[in-house]
Amino acid sequence: MNKRSFGVLAPVVLWLSFFMVIPMLAVIFVSFMQRDNLGNIVWTFSLDNYARFFEPLYLGIYWDTIWLSVLTTVFCLLLSYPLAYYMTTLGPKAQKFWLIGITVPFWINFLIRTYAWIILLRTQGVVNSLLMDIGLISEPLQMLYTQGAVLLGMVYTFIPYMVLPIYVSLEQMDKRLLEASSDLGASRWRSFWHITLPQTKSGMMTGSVLVFVTTTGMFVVADILGGAKSQMISNIIQNQFLGARDWPFGSALSVIFVISSLVIIGLFNRALRSSYDSSKEAKA
Amino acid sequence: MTLSTDNGKGLMLMIRLENVEKHFAGQPVVHPLSLTIDEGEFLTLLGPSGCGKTTILRMIAGFEQPTTGIIRLDGEDVTQLPPNKRNLNLVFQHYALFPHMTVEQNIQFGLKMKKVPAKEQRERIDEAIRLTQLTALAKRYPHQLSGGQQQRVAIARAIANKPKVLLLDEPLGALDLQLRKNLQAELKQLQRSLGITFVYVTHDQEEAMMMSDRIVIMNTGKVEQIGSPRDVYERPETLFAATFIGENNIFHEERLFTVRPEKVRVTPELADTRKTGIIQDIVYLGNVHKLVIHLENEPTSVTSVLDFTDQRDWSIGQKVGVHWNLQDEVTVGR
Repeated sequence: MNKRSFGVLAPVVLWLSFFMVIPMLAVIFVSFMQRDNLGNIVWTFSLDNYARFFEPLYLGIYWDTIWLSVLTTVFCLLLSYPLAYYMTTLGPKAQKFWLIGITVPFWINFLIRTYAWIILLRTQGVVNSLLMDIGLISEPLQMLYTQGAVLLGMVYTFIPYMVLPIYVSLEQMDKRLLEASSDLGASRWRSFWHITLPQTKSGMMTGSVLVFVTTTGMFVVADILGGAKSQMISNIIQNQFLGARDWPFGSALSVIFVISSLVIIGLFNRALRSSYDSSKEAKA
Repeated sequence: MTLSTDNGKGLMLMIRLENVEKHFAGQPVVHPLSLTIDEGEFLTLLGPSGCGKTTILRMIAGFEQPTTGIIRLDGEDVTQLPPNKRNLNLVFQHYALFPHMTVEQNIQFGLKMKKVPAKEQRERIDEAIRLTQLTALAKRYPHQLSGGQQQRVAIARAIANKPKVLLLDEPLGALDLQLRKNLQAELKQLQRSLGITFVYVTHDQEEAMMMSDRIVIMNTGKVEQIGSPRDVYERPETLFAATFIGENNIFHEERLFTVRPEKVRVTPELADTRKTGIIQDIVYLGNVHKLVIHLENEPTSVTSVLDFTDQRDWSIGQKVGVHWNLQDEVTVGR
């Protein structure tokens, strides 16, 4: 790097190091420390925190978290693509309406939106009353405080993060490609499968990474809709810092989680790209 | 105006447009048009942008529905058929190659959609690649190709399907002049060797003259004239046709007539000539030597292309006589 480009980059580097690198290093550093009975950090090196992660309790929660995040991402993808596609078929005014409709929830406090689900899902809630009134069920269903409720809340929360990138990639796609494909004998369905879907991979990629990463880090939804039974790794981490006062262990869990998230994103990237490459090579 | 139905060569009809008309939002963009195109013919739709030529092409391809009228392809009424059910292919103006497929996969796409057996797919891909000289580039992606190469891929992708008709929408429009010239010759050659009907859209009159069997000259949604390059050049029927193709001198006397610059003779003697005037400009382009003469007592100028053996000295401001033969006057309509 020459002197001039360093000058240009300096503010960015400073900003990043202040808000990103230094806190990260601090977390990594603390994760190798110990604590005393009062919750103070004891400044002696130890690997115990990392060893503790492999206890069945934490491993179980870790896998639950990954699984829930994968499910959330998949459901978001399946629900968002048709919506985004439908939006692009509308006129400019209707498109604007939908875009505003999708972003409106962002203006309302996230906690309030999540609590609203309690009103809908609880035993005497709107959904149960409705189902009992029309006689579909005689006993109220237990919907709140289940894994399903957490999944529902997550999907609800993160759908906009998936819809918007897919919508953008659909909008940016060269529509003449569809004419070309139709001209070459493809039905609408096959044009979609062979042209539209591959052409919007980048949007699906971006959306999936956004949803996956934010889901893994989200603990509020699990807290509110999942009750005591469903815990995510972020709930544990939060608890180590605020409740259990075990900062070193909380830090170790954070470090593990950051690394595993990076690995998963990397694998995801790789999988998408290699499915491209292998299809190329198969024809070669 | 002639709406030619038969060029007298006894060839089979490939495309027939019967009173085809197209309106967009109530505005006519193509006025009622009847036209037949023979098997193996190279027909060009020529006109300035917005004249409706691309709309006609898109109606033949199936991307637009005529407001009224019938389109027949090889005898079959295809007016209501979607593009993927018509046995013809379009080469798009900006090629519309699939970015996520290699050259080979692009060419294969149409064959795959039509479920051509794998072995035949291979043969047809190879043939298309050979005909368009793309052998070395078969495994490349479109973004790795130059404009001219992408153009070849677009043509290969279309001809691999062995369409009855190949439609080309300004296929050379995005290329520079030298490449255009080379590809014009190549395309014409390809059309002859394949024997497929070509319907070609362009706004470049020189390109149309060089490649076509017949030219349809269009302006503001109406057909001005249909004829061979020689017909439309020597016998223009309308003022638009007379001025859009080549250079022309317009005379508006008791009737409207035109005289091509190469038919106009200039003499230093002023007696016994049709008109007299003053040389306003001398244009020397190497192979062409032109004089622009401002006529006396008339508000018009006349251009004369000199014989290339002409060695006389001309100077601006010189008074000259202008002459032409009566049979070189072409009466045109408005």
